[in-house]
Amino acid sequence: MNKRKERIDRGIRARSQDIFVLCSWREMLYLAGPRLLPIALCLLLPLVLDVYWQKVLLSVAVFALLAISWDILAQSGMISLGQALFFGCGAYSAGTMNHYWGLSPLLTIPLAAILGGLVGTLLLLPVLRLRGIYFSMVTLILPLMLVRIIEATKIFGGTEGLSGMQPLPSIWFELYLILTLTLVALFGLRRLMDSDYGLVLKGINDNDRSVINAGINIYWFKAQALFIAAAIAAFAGAFMTHVYMFVGMPVFALDYSILPIAAAVVGGPGTLAGAFTGALILVPLSEALRGIGGLRIVFYGLFLVVFIVALPEGIFHYIQRKYHQFERWVEVDA
Amino acid sequence: MSATALLEAVNLSKNFGGVRALSKVNFQLNEGELLGVIGPNGSGKTTLVNAITCFVQPSSGKVLFKGRPIQNLPPYKVVRLGIARTFQMVRPFYQLPAFKNMIIPLSSPRVKGLPGGRYGDRDAKALDLLEEVGFERDAHVAYKLAGALPQGYLKRLELAKAIALQPELVILDELFSGLSLAEVAGILPIIEKLRHQGKTIIMIEHRLKELFRIADRVMVMNFGEKIAEGSPQDVMENEAVKSAYLGNEREDGD
Repeated sequence: MNKRKERIDRGIRARSQDIFVLCSWREMLYLAGPRLLPIALCLLLPLVLDVYWQKVLLSVAVFALLAISWDILAQSGMISLGQALFFGCGAYSAGTMNHYWGLSPLLTIPLAAILGGLVGTLLLLPVLRLRGIYFSMVTLILPLMLVRIIEATKIFGGTEGLSGMQPLPSIWFELYLILTLTLVALFGLRRLMDSDYGLVLKGINDNDRSVINAGINIYWFKAQALFIAAAIAAFAGAFMTHVYMFVGMPVFALDYSILPIAAAVVGGPGTLAGAFTGALILVPLSEALRGIGGLRIVFYGLFLVVFIVALPEGIFHYIQRKYHQFERWVEVDA
Repeated sequence: MSATALLEAVNLSKNFGGVRALSKVNFQLNEGELLGVIGPNGSGKTTLVNAITCFVQPSSGKVLFKGRPIQNLPPYKVVRLGIARTFQMVRPFYQLPAFKNMIIPLSSPRVKGLPGGRYGDRDAKALDLLEEVGFERDAHVAYKLAGALPQGYLKRLELAKAIALQPELVILDELFSGLSLAEVAGILPIIEKLRHQGKTIIMIEHRLKELFRIADRVMVMNFGEKIAEGSPQDVMENEAVKSAYLGNEREDGD
């Protein structure tokens, strides 16, 4: 009996597109596996980690959300250097609602996601016409400006911030809330970006003239994408306000702008899963490096450079490609 | 001319800094007509198209579509009125299959606003439209990535994107540039078919032979000005046109 090598997906790939014909549980698992993996990870990890690493996982989810939000904007042709703007708007919205009006976190978080999303969108609305680096510069400057405004006018507690927020019921609630939302954002938005609606958004990134030429108002679509991305990041901000039980000027810090970009770029831009993968690797890496003290940032930077040089396409794209190239030995007649 | 002109340009001018790209261009276009626009490089043909479709704001003058001034509208609204154009430099979404490129025009508000436009499978409509412009269905060309298609197919795709909008006026900006004779011969019948469907067409073209075969009227431009207009035969015999294409004899007498 002769044998030859064959790709595992050979039998189920129907056309050059991502259309598959599935005939057995094994074939279904081949496709479902990579999709079930993040779900299983998110549901099971909190159960096996100790309290410290549970906090790290929380951070992973928050940065994953910020990175997903960044990726949505990037796919729609808007490179944001200021995810902190949306994060901060959400954080301060939740903070104000809880501190001044005493609303429960279960109300403030969703409301702040919407309100923060709206504020972030409105702030950037005047510059939607800008493209490329010009738009990016504005997003970089806005959060820095807001910090100074808060400092100078002493609104929202000024430099001291607002403290004494009502916490969420328990760490389990916190973890599963943010992880569930991360998964919903990951799968839901990927579906959205694969739909005709997402195609228009990606079209704006690729060739906006051609989209205008279809009679589509690209600024209306860009504003919608901006709101979706801003609301996700604002949710993360509002959530962290209640986790830290504090909101202050650090929510507009550069960390919340730069780390999500690093996560999305290392993970593989253009596939929300890449943003998730990137956050899943970079955040724990940064924690693990805490032990070496002062040189932490140097090593962290080195890792980033290595990743970007060795896998410029992004970790997720690499894994995806390799996964579809798995081969097995099959028997052939004669 | 009569009041039924579909499109009318009145004293249309456009300056880029000190450069006069369009200088007081006047013309009328009746429904169902095919107007050819020719002229040497840099004579303002593409600027004329951009001004009509509002991709550039004219410095002065008016554009009337069905008697309504449109020169101050944003370009996407002009498309919704029923003016579709192709671009000289085609830039499809290279990483998508050809038929997926049709989804964006098919999800246009212009299409949704037409009877039945909101319903039906967009992928199927895309394949039908592509077949109309010569993507042979049996050969599965429409499923290939746009980046893998030869220039001839990309131009057909560009044309199909314009047709998908079901426009009343189609403006083709050098559709034949960069194509082989055989490819041009393949696309010509599609344009003739559009004419039989009653579409009004403006064609900007350097391929005079093919253009003169199908054009009702030809307008010649040079240095941003309209220097001649008339039937293809008249235009070819016009002295100003000859000198624009062949260069002036030195007039200072040598």
